[in-house]
Amino acid sequence: MMQFMLLFSRQGKLRLQKWYVAHADKVKKKITRELISTILARKPKMCSFLEYKESKIVYKRYASLYFCCAIEQEDNELLTLEIIHRYVELLDKYFGSVCELDIIFNFEKAYFILDELLVGGEIQETSKKNVLKAIAAQDVLQEDETPQGFFEDHGLG
Amino acid sequence: MYPYYENEWGILPIEHNRRFNPGLNMATIRQAINETIERGIMRMPTPTRLRDLIRQIRAAKTQAEERAVVNRECAYIRSTFREEDSVWRCRNIAKLFYIHMLGYPAHFGQLECLKLIASPKFTDKRIGYLGAMLLLDERQDVHLLITNCLKNDLNSPTQFVVGLALCTLGAIASPEMARDLAGEIEKLMKSPNAYIRKKAVLCAFRIIRRVPELMEIFLPATRSLLNEKNHGILITGVTLITEMCENSPDTLNHFKKIVPNLVRILKNLILAGYSPEHDVSGVSDPFLQVKILRLLRILGRNDSESSEAMNDILAQVATNTETSKNVGNTILYETVLTIMDIKSEGGLRVLAVNILGRFLLNNDKNIRYIALHTLLKTVNVDISAVQRHRSTILECLKDPDVTIRKRAMELSFALVNAQNIRAMAKELLIFLEKADPEFKAQCSSSMVLSAERYAPTIRWHLDTLLSILIAAGNYVRDDVTSSTIQMISSSPSNEQAYIAVKFWEAIQETQDNQPLTQVGVWCIGESGDQMLYNSEQEFAGEKPDETAIIELYSKLLWSNQVNTVSKQYALVSLAKLSTRFKSGQNDIKDIIDTFGSHLNIDLQQRGVEFSQLFGQYSHLRESLLEKMPAMTINKINGTNSNGDTMEDELPRITVEKTINNIVKSNTDTLLDLLGNGDDIISPPIQTTLTTTAVPASNLLDLLGDIDISAPAMPIMNNNNNNIITSPVTMSILDDNENTKISESLFNMNGSGGAQTGNYNDLGLDFLSTPTTQTSAKITTAFDKNDLLITFATTRKSDYVEVVMTTTNNSLDTLEQYLFQAAVPKSFQLQMMSPTGSVLLPGGIVSQEMRVKSNSSSAVLRMKLRISFVCNGNPILEQAEVSNFPDV
Repeated sequence: MMQFMLLFSRQGKLRLQKWYVAHADKVKKKITRELISTILARKPKMCSFLEYKESKIVYKRYASLYFCCAIEQEDNELLTLEIIHRYVELLDKYFGSVCELDIIFNFEKAYFILDELLVGGEIQETSKKNVLKAIAAQDVLQEDETPQGFFEDHGLG
Repeated sequence: MYPYYENEWGILPIEHNRRFNPGLNMATIRQAINETIERGIMRMPTPTRLRDLIRQIRAAKTQAEERAVVNRECAYIRSTFREEDSVWRCRNIAKLFYIHMLGYPAHFGQLECLKLIASPKFTDKRIGYLGAMLLLDERQDVHLLITNCLKNDLNSPTQFVVGLALCTLGAIASPEMARDLAGEIEKLMKSPNAYIRKKAVLCAFRIIRRVPELMEIFLPATRSLLNEKNHGILITGVTLITEMCENSPDTLNHFKKIVPNLVRILKNLILAGYSPEHDVSGVSDPFLQVKILRLLRILGRNDSESSEAMNDILAQVATNTETSKNVGNTILYETVLTIMDIKSEGGLRVLAVNILGRFLLNNDKNIRYIALHTLLKTVNVDISAVQRHRSTILECLKDPDVTIRKRAMELSFALVNAQNIRAMAKELLIFLEKADPEFKAQCSSSMVLSAERYAPTIRWHLDTLLSILIAAGNYVRDDVTSSTIQMISSSPSNEQAYIAVKFWEAIQETQDNQPLTQVGVWCIGESGDQMLYNSEQEFAGEKPDETAIIELYSKLLWSNQVNTVSKQYALVSLAKLSTRFKSGQNDIKDIIDTFGSHLNIDLQQRGVEFSQLFGQYSHLRESLLEKMPAMTINKINGTNSNGDTMEDELPRITVEKTINNIVKSNTDTLLDLLGNGDDIISPPIQTTLTTTAVPASNLLDLLGDIDISAPAMPIMNNNNNNIITSPVTMSILDDNENTKISESLFNMNGSGGAQTGNYNDLGLDFLSTPTTQTSAKITTAFDKNDLLITFATTRKSDYVEVVMTTTNNSLDTLEQYLFQAAVPKSFQLQMMSPTGSVLLPGGIVSQEMRVKSNSSSAVLRMKLRISFVCNGNPILEQAEVSNFPDV
């Protein structure tokens, strides 16, 4: 089971955090800080795995963003790389050639997509098409109830 | 950003495109006007838009500026919360998430999230549940409130609302929530809607994870999951069954019959043609394949019949999977693990090890890591197969990547044997020399162990120990120092002289290597005469004379780079040399005399005592400073507890006793006392001095003086060992020698491992005695990697008392030791607090557990989870215990 997923930039800025295990806020911050600094210190040619506390860390860099997951001892590291890749593919299809700015400005969408891929730290859907279909349908639901008025846009804006 | 962009993916249909503006219609216009008017009346300014806030924050040039923007916005958001503004709540909360991600506090939004969840609008729910997953943690009281919201939404007619609730439950389910909602989830698991069903299955998985007892309600709905075609349901179903099987052996047996189903699904995946929906670089649904392979592993473990049923398909997967991409290797990796874990055919195992061999040569670092990692797991199964890859593994020791180096080092030590020890030691020494400090301690201790086990000759062994000390320097653990001294002391005297020469040469090169200095001066002190006056010894450089050696000592003793412990060694060694050397006694006496006024109390005391041996008691010196008798080797890989010579862990004995009954054997104590200065584990004391014609009163004076001047030492630390050891030490002295002597004196002189080592052993005996005295039945629950856990089971009136005792037989200190246990539903387990969380080498932690049985027929089993930190590495062990005695 995946314990958490973090997205952060090359500058060490957190862009997304998804926790599947309960920790106090302080602990989450500490883990995040430690992992970001460890991973950013590693050279590009090094392998994608780290040992951290009781879990295995799998990370991969896509352009300016690092995707970092913590998994349990019995989990398959290579498969986790595939899950990360699948998530990147989904983001890419949703945003259309996604870049870091898309994720910064539409972070809530990035969370929604992740939630259609994983539930409780386990993969729930292996078809890209199904994930995107579910997201699109929910976006429609959301738009239907958001009036596009004269005076200003509603919703999140 | 993304390298695999596919062109053929079209944008969403226009009506589904979120960027598409559906235009205006009367309803929306009216609503907007109404809301604007409403706001006007309430005089609330329109809040900043989410994207605008992000822009503002990003535009901030300094941390302070950013903080100002955030604080202003937070203050505004708080005020809207107070005013109960429901129109913009959604937007404000979304802004709060962004602020939260930047690390600012956002807990004040928790209740507002709940209000959003309770709103009928989908947008509100979507953001509200997102907030629940981001902002709530387990200990929040709001959990009760959210449980009610979840219950409502799980019954919603809109599938996406149900989906949001399921997703949230999966992420934040607490044990209470799990209990409250298990029934709803079980219903949804049978839903005809695949979208809801797969999510419900994963929720069930999470619920079982949190509350294993709830497993049984989900069992009936689980079996049919594997008959579905939908991959979402299949993969979640396999995940759920895996969790159930790991949860209880009964369920594992129950699911043995699905092996053929799993094999069929896997076969279909491999043989079916290209299916664009689930294809990943030419492999059909690797996610599902890996999950199935893992479940097969659990089902086939220790079960020849099930293993038999999967042999064929495993062979097919292993041979047919494409290995040019990561996906293929992912599946092969999982397949290899399964093959090695189940009772598979010999041919299949060869195939698996060959796959790992190929992995080891792969250009991809990740694959190489996987290979090392898996070989380490399989090294116990088939060592000769792994040996074939030795040279490649040794090559990995030089890898720039620390993760790979660490694995390679562990694997290398697992491969050392009597045949390859010379070659391996050579490679490992090169590694040790260049290794990062974090590796040096572990690597040097492991090398000492290997050398001890497989050394071809004594000389080679001694040379290797010296090289280890030189290469690892101050990073070696104290056990290396003490076991090296033990080894030297038990070697023939010509070897001792040989190694003394080597150490002499090494010490001259460097002086800030404390362990090397300590062992070196010990050697020279013991066999300085042979080193100088035995003509067979060859020196690489000029043969030193007595003056040169004494000069070096004086340099060491006054050097700032040499620590107190090394100086203690040096001082004792120098005193010993005074009886070895032909001339030079006066120089030695001068040096020793100057220590009579040393600032360090221990060194001062040694100085004063040794001075006495040059004055009033010089006739004693010769016999007191005789060569150490050969030490009995305490196998450091055995179950003993010595080897730890931390100075501050010495047992401090505070009780002072008057000297009123001196018997002859007191001289033993003095001899022992001098021996202690050598920082070694004392052998049983040899009474060599009892025949010396010494007036007992003189000795009494000598001891008495010091006793009076010595202040009583307070108990320095409170760890278990010490508390236990103190009384033991006392009783030994009282009972065995019938002597009362000044123990504070004894204590004052102890500086090294001598006492710790011996008394720890005694302490352990002492501790185990009361355990065995009761009628408890002792069983071994766990014995792996030098960690021994035993259970002492006793029947009490209405419960069974199980006392868990963990013994750390390794040479490392284990910190944050946590022992957890779980029992089947038919039992109740109450765990008392453990006696500690730190296990020194040889240390013990015990914890009492009380088990109550709910039904008379149930058989007690226990699942154990043991976690601790060793050398900064967290380690997790799991075990299952079913061999409880019948009580």
